[in-house]
Amino acid sequence: MPSYRPPRIVSSEITPENIFINRRAFLGAAAGGILLAGSSSGMAAALSAPKGKYVVDEDLTPEADVTGYNNFYEFGTGKGDPAANSGNFKPTPWMVKVDGLVGKPQEFGLEDLLKFPIEERVYRMRCVEAWSMVIPWTGFQLSTLLDRVEPLGSAKYVSFETVVRPAEMPGQSGFFQPLPWPYREGLRLDEARHPLTLLSVGVYGKTLPNQNGAPIRLITPWKYGFKGIKSIVRISLTETQPPSTWNLSAPHEYGFYANVNPAVDHPRWSQATENRIGGGGFFGSNRRDTLPFNGYADEVASLYAGMDLRANY
Amino acid sequence: MVHLPALPKRYHSASVWALYGLGLLPAGYGFYLGATGQLPGNPVKEFEHLLGLWALRFLVATLAITPIRDIFGINWLRYRRALGLLAFYYVLMHFLAYMLLDQVLNVAAILTDIGRRPFITIGMAALVMLIPLALTSNNWSIRRLGTRWNTLHRLAYVIAAAGALHFSMSVKVVGPEQMLYLGLVAVLLAWRPVRKPYLRRKRQAANAPVRRQPIEKAAG
Repeated sequence: MPSYRPPRIVSSEITPENIFINRRAFLGAAAGGILLAGSSSGMAAALSAPKGKYVVDEDLTPEADVTGYNNFYEFGTGKGDPAANSGNFKPTPWMVKVDGLVGKPQEFGLEDLLKFPIEERVYRMRCVEAWSMVIPWTGFQLSTLLDRVEPLGSAKYVSFETVVRPAEMPGQSGFFQPLPWPYREGLRLDEARHPLTLLSVGVYGKTLPNQNGAPIRLITPWKYGFKGIKSIVRISLTETQPPSTWNLSAPHEYGFYANVNPAVDHPRWSQATENRIGGGGFFGSNRRDTLPFNGYADEVASLYAGMDLRANY
Repeated sequence: MVHLPALPKRYHSASVWALYGLGLLPAGYGFYLGATGQLPGNPVKEFEHLLGLWALRFLVATLAITPIRDIFGINWLRYRRALGLLAFYYVLMHFLAYMLLDQVLNVAAILTDIGRRPFITIGMAALVMLIPLALTSNNWSIRRLGTRWNTLHRLAYVIAAAGALHFSMSVKVVGPEQMLYLGLVAVLLAWRPVRKPYLRRKRQAANAPVRRQPIEKAAG
């Protein structure tokens, strides 16, 4: 292991000082530009944001792997399907409806969402299939959006829903439907309010490509990747635990919490280790031990104090 | 009845060797792509899946030889040993890829997997069952074992079923691809009890018209 790792940011990527100083104005202008650039093609556009405080000091997974190898069953069940089959998806215009047990239910257009305080964070991502990545996401804390809608005292959970567009999402049409749509996910309100919980609008310094959940998706880095619901159209605050798609599909294999836990195996495979994508290739050992809460135990373990994590997997 | 141009006998042995060569190409190409960093995403898993899928394809092909002869009258029996051995080689490479590239010789993890995870237990059982079949695939063993050879090699049915099951249990959602292999193996196994009555009726049908035809012609 090298004792010192030089900065990985090349000078051309550093935001010019005048833009950085006027970043609020720049962001507003950038948001407008993104909408124009993204409206027809759904292609990712540049999206710069200041570095946030959560930055994992590990090598980034190459962008080609982050955008070319993932699960998004709305576009097919293969790892390359999302990138291959999401070309017709239109992430703009976009509205996210926030309702349920809130004082100020409202709909947010994408342009409103991009005005939240976005920043770049580098998170570990651990898939329930025992592979992992390190990804630079751009986004804002879900808590800032929740503050805006003023949750009622009775709200205990937050539920999320993905868009249903069979005409643009081949996995939602045809003979074989791998999951019931819409894809749903949920968090306890305290999990949703946790500073690590991010609504991401970009990755690798660009707006989200379609295959990664454009235009807005959830990131909970201490949970398995399937909790990171993509292309969100609805966020509802509820009193009871909301349904989540994989839990509905196979309750003995996927729980509501889905916290990364090397001590609790998936019934069909071990969760003790993981394969880091894009590391040493074919022969280098990419296997590494999986960390409790995916390495975020210091931040989130207290959320589950006194809970049996074996029962609440 | 389908009539293919018969392959001259002098090419028979060469065609079998060609099958071995062609059959090993996917593994060689996959290994080349993986070793040169051209497999996307998770190269080890991609390679592992490629090997497993081809193993299943060769198992299906091995079991298809008999029904193809029964139904279409095409005799590809000379290729069956090669297909069966290719299936064995692919299952073995699939296991080696899992053991060396995926688990990096973590013997404890491998043993835990085999013991505790049903789909890996089933896959491992298929590999173990394939070993005696591969070892007795030579002419000497066939002569030596006599009818016991036939009994022993019925294990191929169990192995193919185990392979299709292993594939289906390894994925999060059983999709069209898994259903295809489950269906193919089911049909090929279902053919075995059906084939004897089918062949008897086919023989009777083939014999009967010889007597009837002239009468019909005379009547017409």
